Amino acid sequence: MLAKTSGQRPALDDRSWVRGFLILSALGFLLLFLVLPLVAVFVEALHRGVDAYWDALVEPDALSAIQLTLIVAAIAVPLNLVFGVAASWCISKFDFRGKGLLITLIDLPFSVSPVISGIIYVLLFGLHGVLGPFLKSQGVQIIFAVPGLVLATIFVTFPFVARELIPLMQEQGTEEEEAALVLGASGWQTFWRVTLPNIKWGLLYGVLLCNARAMGEFGAVSVVSGHIRGETNTMPLHVEILYNEYNFVAAFSVASVLAMLALVTLVAKTVLEWRFGAELAATRH
Amino acid sequence: MVAASSTDGAALPSQGRAVLSVLKKPSVIPGFGLTMGFTLAYLGLIVLLPLAALAVKAAGLGWAGFWNAVLTPRVLAAFQISFGLSLLAAAINAVFGFIVAWVLVRYRFPGAKIVDALVDLPFALPTAVAGIALSALYAPNGWVGKLLMDWFGLKVAFTPLGIAIALTFIGLPFVVRTVQPILQDLPPEEEEAAASLGATRWQSFRRVVFPSLFPALLTGFALAFARGVGEYGSVIFIAGNMPGVSEIVPLLIVIKLEQYDYAGAAAVATLMLAASFALLLLLNLLQAWMRSRHAR
Amino acid sequence: MPFRHRLSVLAAGVLFAVLGTTLGATAAKAQNTLLNVSYDPTREFYVEINKAFAQKWQKDGGGKVAIKQSHGGSGKQARSVIDGLDADVVTLALAYDIDAIADAGLLPKDWMKRLPDNSAPYTSTIVFLVRKGNPKQIKDWNDLVKPGVAVVTPNPKTSGGARWNYLGAWAYALAQNNNDEGKAKAFVADLFKNVPVLDSGARGATVTFTQRAIGDVLLAWENEAYLSLQEFGADKLEIVVPSLSILAEPSVAVVDSVVDRKGTRKLAEAYLQFLYSPEGQEIAAKNFYRPRLKELATRYADRFANVNLVTIDQTFGGWRKAQETHFADGGVFDQIYQKGR
Repeated sequence: MLAKTSGQRPALDDRSWVRGFLILSALGFLLLFLVLPLVAVFVEALHRGVDAYWDALVEPDALSAIQLTLIVAAIAVPLNLVFGVAASWCISKFDFRGKGLLITLIDLPFSVSPVISGIIYVLLFGLHGVLGPFLKSQGVQIIFAVPGLVLATIFVTFPFVARELIPLMQEQGTEEEEAALVLGASGWQTFWRVTLPNIKWGLLYGVLLCNARAMGEFGAVSVVSGHIRGETNTMPLHVEILYNEYNFVAAFSVASVLAMLALVTLVAKTVLEWRFGAELAATRH
Repeated sequence: MVAASSTDGAALPSQGRAVLSVLKKPSVIPGFGLTMGFTLAYLGLIVLLPLAALAVKAAGLGWAGFWNAVLTPRVLAAFQISFGLSLLAAAINAVFGFIVAWVLVRYRFPGAKIVDALVDLPFALPTAVAGIALSALYAPNGWVGKLLMDWFGLKVAFTPLGIAIALTFIGLPFVVRTVQPILQDLPPEEEEAAASLGATRWQSFRRVVFPSLFPALLTGFALAFARGVGEYGSVIFIAGNMPGVSEIVPLLIVIKLEQYDYAGAAAVATLMLAASFALLLLLNLLQAWMRSRHAR
Repeated sequence: MPFRHRLSVLAAGVLFAVLGTTLGATAAKAQNTLLNVSYDPTREFYVEINKAFAQKWQKDGGGKVAIKQSHGGSGKQARSVIDGLDADVVTLALAYDIDAIADAGLLPKDWMKRLPDNSAPYTSTIVFLVRKGNPKQIKDWNDLVKPGVAVVTPNPKTSGGARWNYLGAWAYALAQNNNDEGKAKAFVADLFKNVPVLDSGARGATVTFTQRAIGDVLLAWENEAYLSLQEFGADKLEIVVPSLSILAEPSVAVVDSVVDRKGTRKLAEAYLQFLYSPEGQEIAAKNFYRPRLKELATRYADRFANVNLVTIDQTFGGWRKAQETHFADGGVFDQIYQKGR
């Protein structure tokens, strides 16, 4: 795409000083806002040497934070995946009233402040909430425990998969499925053999973004966590705690792991876009 | 579907199907009941029921109590700060995001693909990490903060400016990612025609290019703004958190919770939610407009 | 059709099975874990206490015990406990926050009488932390209201330490002005006009002052001030002890409804008793908390400046009254803070 530049089209050519100025301001802006913060994380993490860095990561509370983050993502992401596929199936393969409303409702968690995403569960499951006293009497703990973290994470990552899949499946239409069904395939066979292969890259793309957000969520989980070290601290919360304990090297070390996760996500995302750009086109407008 | 008018008991199943068919056009594809049922159940349990709990809590205050809790100078100031600084950050992003998109689409330079990929970093980087990194950078003893302090006497971290920085960071990809594809698909012939009619480069940009990009720019701006209004993680590390000066609405909600003021927190959160809803609606309209413009 | 129905039942089943497993996993907690919900600057102190107590408990034949910690602004922590954070014991910055938990019915209202010394095994006070050389010449409370002095303190609404800070300033103003409440209010209002940042907890405020180089003086817990001195070096910071300060009594209590449900009462009570033991008191003293035990108080006397300490009961008629007058919504703090800007 970038090949379609000046040269062959002189009318689209900007003066060289304009070009230089724009490139410099774009790069300067990105340097200041993207590159430097990223570099700062790693510099701060490593400025007392690799040993201090490593110690901060293998310390038991850090390990349990990593483990908890993985557990929360491992529950939240598959649930949202199943939901995303189901929602986009019924939205894209059928015509029904209220579709616009349904799509808006699915999008809603995107525009809700993360803090509110946490508070609603406190109000629902807290001891002074609607369901809290009953659950407590049953010995069930939701907030200040793993289920609360999972619920808050599901909420904030709710639309990711559905949002990628809906435009993709809408664009693909229903002809292939109808053909398969006419040829005698069952509904499930049609889904597994026809639909899924068509959407697999879009699905992966959505899962990737969903996972990055699930592992990195701060505001919502901070409200429901209770901040028990080694028990309900996910990695982003652990970063905050270490930061507040003057333990900046450790805070940035754990933060650097999250930053690496972000970089891996970006690379995987870019690879997906390059390799399967055409198949993903519908999701990128 | 005429059979639906029959009212005897034996016809109930078909009647049910008829009701369904009023809502849904018939289709040979199976799985509507299953996927729709699951979608609605999941949506209801995870999103709607908890949000209803919030509304119920706020409603417990009564109409007058609700406005009393919300119309205090501190809450109003927080809304002003959140919305004002989100607007500022979205405006910064509109300008620079547009330039970034322009540069990425129109010019060739080494590392362009890496830059392109990096633009999405704020989507992938956890907000808490962004928060501590930005405050380390822009604090008076940080790399950038020290320069700004020494050269301009400008304090960034722990002032409203710091909030704007954090919000600019997290809203950065939106403008780029909405403008970029539209700019890519822009037919070059229009600009060539303008040039052949004697327009200068600036005139053809202003009269031809910019109007076709404007809906996308506005959409990106609105997306960045909506994201900024609700942001919490990256802001609290770099904001001074001073009531009336650098206290954002999400932080105020948390503070109200921490002060046992549940109803107050719920009231502010409900107002915030209503604002998000309005923004979401506006965004849907904007995107519809953008699509119709783009399709033409 | 029945096939489809079975599938939707199956899908719902899977969803609830997953949620159920995580619920079950967290519900079934071992009897020998204890959760201590505490306030901000006690992190390092309780790390040491937990280690020492676990060793002692095991030696005494109690078996292995794991103690978890949670820290934050004292008011915020109390809120979490009221909301269902399963604290076996709470060790908070001031009595009122435990009163609030008692008001929610989680422990009896007379909790303060269950342990010696108002259920406060150690005490502390409020001192000033200034930058090396004391460039603004801050010696006492009245220097804090001077124009151009930036004072860092956390938010009295959420932080316990900040409430002690506020009341310390108030007590000083009363003593200077023949107990004139109006003048005290004006004094504290002037002080808060000089506050550029309000963090939610004491630790956040310390980070703002030390790491972020904001402000000329930090109003801090005595122990927090000494800890900062250790962390950041005596070549950067100095402690200033005002002429008068307040006797801070951080209180501790067992949360009855939690320990009775989890069956951890014996352990929780032994844990709090340990704080009063010579070993616990010594750890407290080493972490710059003023010990209650006479013997240790004299041994570590040189660590703690001799300050004229007023108590909350004498000057403010107890915590409930102080909380209601000053920190409740629409109270004095709200009035002066909103007027200030």
